[in-house]
Amino acid sequence: MLPEIGQFSLILSLFFALSLAFVPLIGYWTGNRLLLETARPLTFIMSFLVLVSFVILGWSFAVDDFSVLYVSQNSNSQLPIWYKLSALWGGHEGSLLLWVLILVGWCSAVALKIKTLPKDIGPIVLSILGMVSLGFLAFLLFTSSPFVRLLPNAPADGGDLNPLLQDIGLIVHPPLLYMGYVGFSVAFAFAVAALITGSLNSSWARWARPWTAASWAFLTLGITLGSWWAYYELGWGGWWFWDPVENASFMPWLAGTALLHSLAVTEKRGVFKSWTVLLAIFTFSLSLLGTFLVRSGVLTSVHSFAADPTRGVFILTLLLILVGGSLLLYAVRAAQVRSSVSFGVTGREAWLLLNNILLTVLTLTVLLGTLYPLIFDALDLGKISVGAPYFNTVFTPIALLLIVFMAVGPLSKWHNTKPSVFLWPCLVSAVLSILISGVITFIYEFNLIAWLSLSVALWVVCLSFGDWFIKVSAGTKGIIPRARQLPRNYYGMLLAHLGIVVTLVGIVLVSLNSSESLLRLSPGDQASVAGYEFRFDALEQVKGPNYVADKGHFTAYKNGLPVAELHPEKRLFTTRQQVMTEAALDAGFTRDLYISLGEKLDGSAWGVRIYVKSFVRWIWLGGLMMMAGGLLAALDKRYKRRVNDHA
Amino acid sequence: MIVLKVFVAWFVLTFSVSSVADELMQFSSALNKTRYQSLIEELRCPKCQNQNLADSASGISVDLREQVHQMIEDRKTDQEVIDYMVARYGEFVLYRPQQSSATILLWYGPFILLGLGFFTFAVVLIANRKKREALL
Amino acid sequence: MRKFLLFVPLVIFLILGTFFYLQLGKDTQYMPSALIGKNVPSFKMVSLKTDQVLTQDDLPKQPYLINFWGTWCPACHIEHPFLVELAEQGVTLVGVDYKDEKSLAEQWLAQKGNPYTMILMDELGRFGVDLGVTGAPETFVVNASGQIVYRHQGPINADNWSEIKGYLQ
Repeated sequence: MLPEIGQFSLILSLFFALSLAFVPLIGYWTGNRLLLETARPLTFIMSFLVLVSFVILGWSFAVDDFSVLYVSQNSNSQLPIWYKLSALWGGHEGSLLLWVLILVGWCSAVALKIKTLPKDIGPIVLSILGMVSLGFLAFLLFTSSPFVRLLPNAPADGGDLNPLLQDIGLIVHPPLLYMGYVGFSVAFAFAVAALITGSLNSSWARWARPWTAASWAFLTLGITLGSWWAYYELGWGGWWFWDPVENASFMPWLAGTALLHSLAVTEKRGVFKSWTVLLAIFTFSLSLLGTFLVRSGVLTSVHSFAADPTRGVFILTLLLILVGGSLLLYAVRAAQVRSSVSFGVTGREAWLLLNNILLTVLTLTVLLGTLYPLIFDALDLGKISVGAPYFNTVFTPIALLLIVFMAVGPLSKWHNTKPSVFLWPCLVSAVLSILISGVITFIYEFNLIAWLSLSVALWVVCLSFGDWFIKVSAGTKGIIPRARQLPRNYYGMLLAHLGIVVTLVGIVLVSLNSSESLLRLSPGDQASVAGYEFRFDALEQVKGPNYVADKGHFTAYKNGLPVAELHPEKRLFTTRQQVMTEAALDAGFTRDLYISLGEKLDGSAWGVRIYVKSFVRWIWLGGLMMMAGGLLAALDKRYKRRVNDHA
Repeated sequence: MIVLKVFVAWFVLTFSVSSVADELMQFSSALNKTRYQSLIEELRCPKCQNQNLADSASGISVDLREQVHQMIEDRKTDQEVIDYMVARYGEFVLYRPQQSSATILLWYGPFILLGLGFFTFAVVLIANRKKREALL
Repeated sequence: MRKFLLFVPLVIFLILGTFFYLQLGKDTQYMPSALIGKNVPSFKMVSLKTDQVLTQDDLPKQPYLINFWGTWCPACHIEHPFLVELAEQGVTLVGVDYKDEKSLAEQWLAQKGNPYTMILMDELGRFGVDLGVTGAPETFVVNASGQIVYRHQGPINADNWSEIKGYLQ
């Protein structure tokens, strides 16, 4: 009975989404206040109904209701309870329900904060979000309902969750990623609402900023966690593969980063108005594109869901309506926008323009590389692959260029900057960074690329702190009061920029200074990798809740002292008869020790992969710093004021 | 305490019967090992969803890794290894697509975009300067 | 000019959409062989039945199929009865016992019947690599002039046979 209520609740929410998508808009066009004001209650009811069906599906997983097809495909009675619950989003249908839940969650958040918006803008924003919700609810109900039943022949047990997904990573990674992905719908709705109402002034940018910063922070965290998960779960220590599905989350991130910056210019100076609107549409379109690529089966990826052409057609139609519709609206409406403000070559506007241009080029580069094989195939030119070597060659130099400019931009002032403001900080930072990184490169015998990248990293560090110091030491108040006066926005930026650098250092060092060995080891053997001695102490058979495993016992020594014990496993999951490698790692600030068991060789010998990865943690540490920076910016006090305070 | 630990560790490492492990693949030079590593990272496993030869555990990847290893030890050049793979599995196995008229846009597209970007930057700045001069 | 520029994003999006539409429903797993239109590569392999060394000159002169199989491969079990049926219909089959052991293969043929006119032993999978094979079962269609015209991955069955048969001229 419960699953039917879940399904019914979804159908009801579809009707509320339908009303939300049109009633407030009709109110706007006919000037009927009453209809406009339905937006808020409609949003709350729609969201509540989706929440109800989500909870019901969760319940079906918790009580092992295998009469529900989706539960029987993705869960098993042997599964620990937390994996049962997270198995909810382990497949296409449930993860789409999570997508919709998060979307209506963002809708409700906007509805709660509606008082911070002018009376006719807020309902229209909700209306646009209602259209997006309508599309995805229809997609869920018509092609991918998670409540389909297997009655009267319900199986006794389920087919189990893919062992790869039985991990803490699956519990947290998709919800956070979707929070980010889907959150960009809010900026999109603001942009479209601005186009509809014709109020393309700078105020929409101020409303959209905290929402964009918050979604960006979630997306950053989601991508960071995904990278960390892949690193320890897949057993070969890679942290980024340039897989189409990874790119699908990286493109909205890049475009979202550009959007954050262009919103700042549009808000503060009223320039680039039409460009910022386009960027908001572009960013959310990339989120939608990602959803299409993952769920339609047009690309081959390690992450994609089981493909179904009808789903592909449905999402493509959705994409056509949402993206095509908003781009058409943009083409028609944006021509009216004229900017009356001007700025100089050295003004902050120019620096942020440069930032936007480079980030857009980077986004389009990833887009090009991701879609090229698809276009190649569609034109019957054959099958090609575009992977890491391509992206490393093409993406890296442009990204480094961006990071170099990223350090200088914050020094500039709006409108125009005296060249002397740049001169000394840049000169000092350039000398310092090239020298220090030169010494490091010399001591550790790194190559030229490492020197270059480390110089860039130090350049950003020097200039960021330099800029902070200049800002706090100006005036007479003393450093600490001045430092406290600087807005959260500024500290958010500082933290995010330094986060980029920390990630950059991690990437450079892990790719240049890591060691890897594929060894043949029997219990009792030892091997030395990058100054560490690894001893294979013993191998034992262990039994988990739903698997049996060979568990290795390794001890790592440095200079004769034991530093870590590692226990890699080779697990056989009994339900699916699937073998999984469970790597063992000893995490450290400057290095990770990483062991994974390969194949069993003759006798008692095993193929064992041992890695010593330099500074790999820094990659994710930087991600966390960026996320914190984004949150800090989203929580800036300026955004909390209500509209009437400004009037 | 530390002294004791050091002593125990030294004792364990020195007197326990342990043989030093072999690398699973032997190379005649460090250069060959590096070449092998970078080649198997750039070649795609022809059977898998989307994995390179280095990361894939499938049977065909094991065979192809061994093939690459042997060709390198037989003093074949990287290009010869790549040509060998392409002749059998097609362009699909290269994660770094070869440059041809069909991939020009792929390889130079980003830099064309970068050029366009800088052009736009210049155009916007010049337009701004004109606007300001008009205002004065 | 400016008005025209504003339509550029929409146009690019529509072009991309068209490509996506063309790709929908295509089997992205399908891999055309790199050897289509080429001759069967040269080889020296031992025959499972006669223990003699065979070369490419011993291959049939009429159109035929090269079928890779192994006793370790579950899908080959499913495919085998259909191959026996094909042989009875007069289709010429060359078997390649791929990465397998001789005794197991002989046992398999004794139990299930032998649809092959000749069987080559590819114990290390070298010939498989030369043909761009990624696993078993895998089947190549070779025409009368010795050129490979089609490759099929996975078991042959009644459903896909009609398509494969079309190449067997």
